[in-house]
Amino acid sequence: MKQVTLTVNATKHKHNISDHMLLVDFIRERLKLTGTHIGCDTSQCGACVIHVNGKSIKSCTMLAVQADGCDITTIEGLADGDVLHPMQQAFHENHGLQCGFCTPGMIMSAIELIDGKPDITEREIRHGLEGNLCRCTGYQNIVKSIQEAAKFDYR
Amino acid sequence: MYSFSYLKPASIKEASNILSVSDENKVISGGMTLLPTLKQRLARVENLIGLENCGLDKISLQEGILKIGAMATHDDVSNSKLIKSENPAIAELASQIGDRQVRNRGTIGGSLANNDPSACYPAALLALAGKVHTNKRDIKAEDFFVDLFETALEEDEIITSVSLPKPEKAAYEKFPNPASRYALVGVFVAKFDSEIRVSVTGAGEEGVFRCLEIEKALLAEFSIESLSNILISAEGLINDIHAEADYRAHLIVEMSKRALIKSLTR
Ligand SMILES: Cc1cc2nc3c(=O)[nH]c(=O)nc-3n(C[C@H](O)[C@H](O)[C@H](O)COP(=O)(O)OP(=O)(O)OC[C@H]3O[C@@H](n4cnc5c(N)ncnc54)[C@H](O)[C@@H]3O)c2cc1C
Ligand code: FES
Ligand code: FES
Repeated sequence: MKQVTLTVNATKHKHNISDHMLLVDFIRERLKLTGTHIGCDTSQCGACVIHVNGKSIKSCTMLAVQADGCDITTIEGLADGDVLHPMQQAFHENHGLQCGFCTPGMIMSAIELIDGKPDITEREIRHGLEGNLCRCTGYQNIVKSIQEAAKFDYR
Repeated sequence: MYSFSYLKPASIKEASNILSVSDENKVISGGMTLLPTLKQRLARVENLIGLENCGLDKISLQEGILKIGAMATHDDVSNSKLIKSENPAIAELASQIGDRQVRNRGTIGGSLANNDPSACYPAALLALAGKVHTNKRDIKAEDFFVDLFETALEEDEIITSVSLPKPEKAAYEKFPNPASRYALVGVFVAKFDSEIRVSVTGAGEEGVFRCLEIEKALLAEFSIESLSNILISAEGLINDIHAEADYRAHLIVEMSKRALIKSLTR
């Protein structure tokens, strides 16, 4: 057991956890933030992507103890009250999801991907989504959503 | 996952002390290979030794030779200004590994220690005649890779950094497995003053190897014409659901051509 202190979506948390607890399990089971999903066992699907210290990572492949002291953002931390984050809004407007299972991971990856790149090309977006799998949409509208959101200057 | 303790030693010396106590102790770098293995209970450890506080992520130039700390992530390497100017082929190689999230965590030390037969860095180390530095000694690329997932590292040996000499021209080209992004075949071509070294990953039954036929052809003339009639034997190449050995043999030539062309554009 170890005590960890970390900031998740601007709230500080202090918890006693087992050393072998995965970060994704900590987020889902301890913090009850179930927007971060688990879609595979092989670190390939990207449903679990969150930001740790501003970088996108697969939370199923990091231990919660390794995130001690880190600043974390999950999908729940994006919207400002009822106002969606521009990336969420773009997915909403462009029908960028069907079942929605891959969406939180897609959005977290996409935000890092377009950072500082308003003119990102379709090719770059498709390449940048290598770590995120979607079983429903065929990616077309996901790519469209991301391209749309890239044009929006939200900083 | 079986339970274990996670330790964060503050120096490489402390880490190697813990490592030498029991063979149930293991170091972890990016965890992109080790954690999935532990999750599936394919391995079990007593103590995981995180190297994040051992100061192993520096990238520097030492006596003209690029030295990359074992904990430098694939993302660090692909974005390093120093590497891009000194040895751009390495930055390009790193930028093609897996996906962005894998690159944000996975490290050069972890990749080399793991010696996956389809991993990218082993090709760079071998083609550039690099050296692996550990807490105990320096190991030449030729002596480092032993067999699939097997290296010359001893049980309590930790990679601290990697040195990669500067070639005149070099490039890496891979044909990625469309699902995993690992190399179905990857070829690293490096031209030095009096030597050409070409290494192949993803194809060899015993892991990464140098392709002497292609080296010889390119030594005669470092041009695409030299490769136009070359045929590589499928013997000793991996034959699996992803690709037949014959196809891999073909891809070795094709990736060599692409790497050669890329190396000539700079
Ligand atoms: C979806 C996915 C796609 C990938 N695609 C590619 C790809 O295209 N090309 C590619 O090359 N790789 C690929 N990888 C592998 C990735 O590059 C890993 O990061 C890498 O193989 C292991 O590095 P790590 O730092 O994560 O090591 P870890 O998982 O932490 O460790 C791996 C092994 O090395 C040992 N080890 C770690 N560090 C050291 C050290 N300093 N000294 C001694 N032993 C050490 C550990 O004990 C363990 O046995 C992929 C991985 C995933 C999950
Ligand atoms: S759950 Fe699939 S990559 Fe994390
Ligand atoms: S919308 Fe269903 S998996 Fe992507």
